[in-house]
Amino acid sequence: MRIHQKTSYDDDINLFKDRYQAFWYALLVAAAVALPLLLDAYRLGEATLVLIWAVAGMGLMILAGHTGQASLGHAAFLACGAYMEAWLNNRGVPFLLSFPAAGLFAGAVGAAIAVPAMRMSGIYLAIATLAMGIVAEDAIVLLEDYTGGVGGTSVAAIRLPGMEIDRFATPRAFYWLCLAVAVLVALGYRNLLRSPTGRAFVAIRDSEVSAKAMGINITRYKTLSFFISCAVTGLAGALFGHYLGAFNYEAFLITVSIQMLLMIVVGGMGSIHGAFFGAIVVGVLPQLITAARQQITLHAVPGLDTGIFAALLIAMIVIEPLGLYGQWVKARIWLELFPLARRDLFRRQRSYLKTERLK
Amino acid sequence: MEFAQLLLGGIATGCVYGLVALGFVLIYKATEAVNFAQGDMMMLGAFFTLQCVNADYWGLPFWPGLALAVLATAGVGYLLEAFVIRRLFGQPQFAVVILTIAIGFVLRFLAGFVWGHELLTLETPFAGRNLSLFGLAIGLDEVFVVAMTVAFTSALYFFFARTRLGMAMQASSQNQLAAYYMGVPVKRIHGLVWALSGAISTVAGVMFAARGSIDPSLGLLGIKAFAAAIIGGFGSLPGALAGGLIVGVVEPFASRYIPAGISQMMPYAIMLLVLLLRPNGLFAQIQRKKV
Repeated sequence: MRIHQKTSYDDDINLFKDRYQAFWYALLVAAAVALPLLLDAYRLGEATLVLIWAVAGMGLMILAGHTGQASLGHAAFLACGAYMEAWLNNRGVPFLLSFPAAGLFAGAVGAAIAVPAMRMSGIYLAIATLAMGIVAEDAIVLLEDYTGGVGGTSVAAIRLPGMEIDRFATPRAFYWLCLAVAVLVALGYRNLLRSPTGRAFVAIRDSEVSAKAMGINITRYKTLSFFISCAVTGLAGALFGHYLGAFNYEAFLITVSIQMLLMIVVGGMGSIHGAFFGAIVVGVLPQLITAARQQITLHAVPGLDTGIFAALLIAMIVIEPLGLYGQWVKARIWLELFPLARRDLFRRQRSYLKTERLK
Repeated sequence: MEFAQLLLGGIATGCVYGLVALGFVLIYKATEAVNFAQGDMMMLGAFFTLQCVNADYWGLPFWPGLALAVLATAGVGYLLEAFVIRRLFGQPQFAVVILTIAIGFVLRFLAGFVWGHELLTLETPFAGRNLSLFGLAIGLDEVFVVAMTVAFTSALYFFFARTRLGMAMQASSQNQLAAYYMGVPVKRIHGLVWALSGAISTVAGVMFAARGSIDPSLGLLGIKAFAAAIIGGFGSLPGALAGGLIVGVVEPFASRYIPAGISQMMPYAIMLLVLLLRPNGLFAQIQRKKV
């Protein structure tokens, strides 16, 4: 157990609590960089997908986990990023320009949607975003000139100065690119959270009325949150498009949106770690099921992955509402305090519900 | 004439949406939770009925079979509340949303596992029989659907407005703690509401199955019922039915007069419009929110 003696105000908001923590994270990044040397091409592809989902999850986490605005239609922004990137890439725009453009485009769409979404909250917002997600599926098919309609579109290799990155030709380079994006987004996210903007987001999540009373411009910060969230999801979408190579609207169905939300809930709402944990679960679980199936020669049951994932999720929400990250924190604190941890250390406070309706 | 025919079909479909929406609203009104698995409960109810009634399965007569299926789905609703939902008592609304989405996935998986993923047809006594009235072909199934809906809605309306149990449900929704103090058995009431909602969704499922075929992804219909509930305003029983009718009637007209691709967006477009103009639904009940 380490005791922190805070000697300046910066100690409260430093990126790392102390040098040990910084060391562990550096080690983690080093391990992630070295990963392609250990894995074969197939598993490396899976690891890349985990990173892409982690970026998408971080995007959704900003909105759902830290601003408290649940979105059940985030696959639409994934689609915005993917199609914009494909459109620009196929017209010869270099990746360093098209990638941010894809993010900005998705962010702009998100900010436009934030304007009507501002009037709703809670359940109404969740269902409205669900409807927007469904409308987006149809819109992709309708905008055939840009998206290729039902037939879909394909995207060429990533053009960086001096090199070309393709998912199949250079899987390692593609992995490192995704890793770089994931690390940069995570760092940016961490910085956002310790800035006044991030604090305003959290204040809005905890109580909108109180945040307003503290002088936070709700309209501005909610729009900003939508913008950042959708932009990050758009970046993930651009990478996802390159990962798939060729895709149509079926890659961005409403079930993908729901899966994204379930993913960050399993990982742990309201934490950056949660996005990564959730992505790992989504990426690794199908592999485990396949492995288990080989062991006990289970019949191929359609939808078994989703069924098990959902059952796991139910268990998770009932037992541990803070998700995998919550478990991780508890285990860590228990070890740090050993043998002083008490049984009721994490006891949950019960609350009782009052209606928002007056009639 | 074509207009009247479209309207009639729309009303019948609208009643199905309305009943599913009623299931949402019922749970929302009594427990302040939104059940995203309602569409899947409907799917389960339809499959239970199929299991009881179809000749390939148990082959019971229709009405006793339906009653059995209603009881079974009500039981599923009660058990879900007792063993899963109740554990989240007092946690944020959002947790229940995620939980019910996951329950929906599990129900869909189980139904696919048991009954397979092919389209199945429920054998009903009124399939394919038509009445003709003023030159309109009115299916007996449509009459059944509308009659059941009217009966259910009025029964529920009086249940909430007049009976002790209905009042207790409203009380436990408005303030759980105060309801406890007044001697309302809040937990049991929640269980009963989930059972009732399961029963209603079975009826909705059977009504849908009577007019077409069913498969495990039928639950996605619940999203349209959401649109209906939103248009009507969550928390208003007549509103849910009205919303269902609006969605149901708009659909056939949209697919008749609006080019394909845009027409299937219409229910959601209307819903988004309602949300924009009246963010709490046409029959809104939220006036202001306390901190």
